[in-house]
Amino acid sequence: MSDNKPGFSTLAIHAGASADPATGARATPIYQTTSFVFDDVDQAAALFGLQAFGNIYTRITNPTTAVLEERIASLEGGTAGLAVASGHAAQLGVLHTLMQPGDEFIASNKLYGGSINQFNHSFKNFGWNVVWADTDDPASFEAAVTERTRAIFVESLANPGGIVTDLEAISKMAKKAGVPLIVDNTMATPYLCRPIEHGADIVVHSLTKFIGGHGNSMGGMIVDGGSFDWTASGRYPMLSEPRPEYQGIVIHETFGNFGFAIACRVLGLRDLGAALSPFNAFLILTGVETLPLRMAKHCENALAVAEWLNGHKAVEWVRYAGLKDDPYHELANKYVPKGAGAVFTFGLKGGYEAGVKAVSSVNLFSHLANIGDTRSLIIHPASTTHRQLTDEQKSAAGAGPEVVRLSIGLEDVDDIIADLDQALAG
Amino acid sequence: MNHDDYPDAYIRSILDEVKTIAVVGASANRVRPSYFVLTYLLSKGYDAIPVNPGRAGKPIAGAMTYASMADIDRPIDMVDIFRNSEAAAGVVHEALELDPLPKVIWMQLGVRNDEAAALAEAAGVRVVMDRCPKIEYARLCGEIGWAGVSSGVISSRKPAMREGYQRFGIAAGRRD
Repeated sequence: MSDNKPGFSTLAIHAGASADPATGARATPIYQTTSFVFDDVDQAAALFGLQAFGNIYTRITNPTTAVLEERIASLEGGTAGLAVASGHAAQLGVLHTLMQPGDEFIASNKLYGGSINQFNHSFKNFGWNVVWADTDDPASFEAAVTERTRAIFVESLANPGGIVTDLEAISKMAKKAGVPLIVDNTMATPYLCRPIEHGADIVVHSLTKFIGGHGNSMGGMIVDGGSFDWTASGRYPMLSEPRPEYQGIVIHETFGNFGFAIACRVLGLRDLGAALSPFNAFLILTGVETLPLRMAKHCENALAVAEWLNGHKAVEWVRYAGLKDDPYHELANKYVPKGAGAVFTFGLKGGYEAGVKAVSSVNLFSHLANIGDTRSLIIHPASTTHRQLTDEQKSAAGAGPEVVRLSIGLEDVDDIIADLDQALAG
Repeated sequence: MNHDDYPDAYIRSILDEVKTIAVVGASANRVRPSYFVLTYLLSKGYDAIPVNPGRAGKPIAGAMTYASMADIDRPIDMVDIFRNSEAAAGVVHEALELDPLPKVIWMQLGVRNDEAAALAEAAGVRVVMDRCPKIEYARLCGEIGWAGVSSGVISSRKPAMREGYQRFGIAAGRRD
């Protein structure tokens, strides 16, 4: 089998997981341990010096978590993965490896509200300066490039929904600027879109959403695309310079096309500490095995709900790229041909008050701040996830006062529609 | 051999078969990639022999260093080249003068010389270029997954365990 390329569903079940070498357990065991016994001092020294592969301490590597890392890297078509405690921790890990104080990165203005906050405030405290560009205008990324630009950050399908990013156009801008393109692929998952095939150099995920898929575990992932030359420009000293943390190792030279993931692990995760629990890794892995089936059903249900809402008298507009008349439909056909995801927004004619009423009236939908659960979820961004933003930022992010966001679950679609029908009535 | 894309079976058969490996350009500097590869190959039970004229007569990681491949007192199964692509040609010429001939000439990640490779293949020597035997061994035995690296290998079988807790090997004759 080794010389045939296995398909996506096979990888979703098998990548990274042979039988457990110690016991023969076929499901990946939960190695719920902090640390690992050394055979002898020579092996210990080789592990600490990065000369041998193996586990020392669960903050850095863990065999359960490693299966998840290899699984997602394989599904994304990357060279290596690094699992961390959350999607936010993944973003921290990536930029910690790329940025020095005073450096800049360019980010799309259509992002998850939590990312906008993280970039605008917490990262500014590190001296990492975000410069905003318009997702719908790739030229605005080029216009934002300066001597200090170190990366470009976008979401493939942008939260709170409905927006499809032209990855190839923005990748061209990144290549011209000589900086890596980082794509948050949380909303699409590699089942719908594989950003590395469209020019991304790094992919990040909140595994908390569709990849885990059951609303039970936080997690994040960094995937190394293996494509970027970290040495050529001299702008990425974490990768291209001798590292005092490891007696002068040069990470890119030593680890080649998976050097970025190694740097995020041994320089970032080791010192920043946002490790994933092996138990969470196990739960997320169980979710990944059914990712193709779940995403297909999520998309099928979402399209049916979007079409129904589109004809509803209380609804001003529906923004779902799967709808034929949607402005992003063409981009969706290119980047997410199997479906436009399961998270989208619609606007109520009754504005802010109608949005609050809708989230207060649902019975089957859960009113909460998450997406990508088996359960259908609803939120009114203006009063919750995006409330810290200015009105201008809210509108730019697609989270104006009349906007309701749905994450369509795997229930019977008739029941999903019936619940919305009663919540929007009157 | 198509040197753009090696089948796993080709790499596996080489790493399964060779025992004596001359590491040409091995460094005694503990943070150099050549030192990493030398110590890893030694830990997997290969008779890895550093070749470095500046270091001849002194050991690297416990293995005695030779000034040239011709000075080595035992037959060499594989020559692993830590030189740049241009300099690799000279090493290949030198290797093809050996009696007996090596079975394999391996050029490290980033090293590729198609003319030299053709010469070696014409002499019946198998060639691998732009790959690292440490990475390939760790990929095929499964150890590389501990670092989150995608191995590209799908297998429902038990990894081949070696002595100690965290040491895998490449099982002889195994075909996944």
